[in-house]
Amino acid sequence: MARALVCSALAGLVLVSLALGAASLSEGGGWLLMASRFPRTAAAVLAGAGLALAGVVVQQVVQNRMVEPSLTGTPEAAMLGLLAVTLIAPGSPVAVKMLFAAACAMAGMAGFLALADRVPQQDPMLLPIIGLVYGGILGAIATWFAWYSDLLQYLGMWRLGEFSGVMQGRYEWLWVVAVLAVLLYVVADRITILGFGEAQARSLGLNYAQTRTFGLVVVSLLTALVLVTVGAFPFVGLVAPNLISRWRGDNLRTNLAWIAVFGGALVLAADVVGRLVRYPFEIPAATVFAVLGAAVFLWLLYAAPGRSHG
Amino acid sequence: MIRIERLTYKVGPAAILHDVDLRLDAGGITALIGPNGAGKSSLLHCIAGLNRPAFGTVRIGDLDPFAAPGSLRARAVALLRQSPAVVSRLRVRELVAFGRWPHHRGRATPQDDAVVARALEIFTLEALADRPVETLSGGQRQRAFIAMTWAQDTPWMLLDEPLNALDPRHARDLMVRLHDLSRAGDRSVIIVLHDINAAAGWADRIVAMKDGRVAARDTTAALLTPETLGAVFDTPFEVLNTGGRPVVVAR
Repeated sequence: MARALVCSALAGLVLVSLALGAASLSEGGGWLLMASRFPRTAAAVLAGAGLALAGVVVQQVVQNRMVEPSLTGTPEAAMLGLLAVTLIAPGSPVAVKMLFAAACAMAGMAGFLALADRVPQQDPMLLPIIGLVYGGILGAIATWFAWYSDLLQYLGMWRLGEFSGVMQGRYEWLWVVAVLAVLLYVVADRITILGFGEAQARSLGLNYAQTRTFGLVVVSLLTALVLVTVGAFPFVGLVAPNLISRWRGDNLRTNLAWIAVFGGALVLAADVVGRLVRYPFEIPAATVFAVLGAAVFLWLLYAAPGRSHG
Repeated sequence: MIRIERLTYKVGPAAILHDVDLRLDAGGITALIGPNGAGKSSLLHCIAGLNRPAFGTVRIGDLDPFAAPGSLRARAVALLRQSPAVVSRLRVRELVAFGRWPHHRGRATPQDDAVVARALEIFTLEALADRPVETLSGGQRQRAFIAMTWAQDTPWMLLDEPLNALDPRHARDLMVRLHDLSRAGDRSVIIVLHDINAAAGWADRIVAMKDGRVAARDTTAALLTPETLGAVFDTPFEVLNTGGRPVVVAR
């Protein structure tokens, strides 16, 4: 029942998103669909799925449900990388920029994990707060750097994720999200076992360090992919995995697909709402989502005081 | 048999275990007792291959737990750590099934499912099989985790203070089950116990530790003397006998 609901909600949102826009489909027809509406819809679904998956992987790696990539300094580190590559080699192809941003995201995430290993686990709220501060510091460096090099405008674009600029030829990198999702599904059991904590995971014969590094790489890639193509979306990685976990439990072998679908549907919904509220003008999807995400975050806090797992 | 030779384990510059030599025979229950900070847990983690010692060797049969690949080690020895922090929404059946992971590494066979079903049966978890672990009581949760450790189907089961947070009834139930398991098949249990009387009632052998060293090791009846316990715990003890079973009381 609930599964059918999620699937039909996503299908309905896709149809609305394809039909919705300032120009009428009867004039532009197929070309409009292929060049703008479909890419925009696909980008929203892929970005949402990628962020939701990144969220659940981070949560397993640090054994804390209240963490998500934007609470680990990862997007800020990716932005720093993107700024650097924009300054040093402005003409480099998107793939190079993306890889450099991903490499910086990895460094940022590794820094966060080093911090996380030193934080006592008794209070699950401590880690997200530390992540927030850590991300704030990296973000401040990025801002200073951008101001100094006159790139503040770019930074503003990356910080506020939205899909109005998505066109054919400008979002295709996001399909890598689908590839990474399949890869994550293959190792879903290992990622679940990571959530048992180091001693238990190793007692089950898992190569803990290797699996953790794999998780770090995937999260960094997902974050960088989404950031470079459409910008940052806080809360998606928090909201989608938590709601799915409440609904279906914690076995990633059976949940991963739902987390991805739900994340995609949420971001697409945020985009559709953002296009409708002041039609024909738009509100960035990230802004819409932040309102919803903040509400759900508060609900999670009050519904489950101090609940973590690991 | 587990053979431990000249084992020294350090955390930073501080030695937690000094030069431990120990042989543990297969079969039955071996209890590790000793004051807080004696190194019981560390020793258990060294045997499980999770704490890498500074010096010395551990052999589980012929297997070196530090050199063997994880998948091989996890089929020789299973450790349940002290009060697992997982407050998880995995269902009990899913949790127990993860005990089979070292065997199938992701593709469960019908045999794996059969072992899981057997584990649920042995630990009377069938009625709870579809409940999320986080909704269980402390006793039920501990049982679910021990069922997972059992499902790992290793000759050696290492349990780190599994009686923590269990009331007397659940603690007794658990010890009875472990006692039966260690009699029935080829399972050997090494268990860290805080409650000396749990060891007195159910263990076949006791290893007493103090300050990172083995202070005494013997059969349960032979080890539980006022002199030995007094020396290990720095507290005067009285050993009573109730129906052929030793009962230890701190004086």
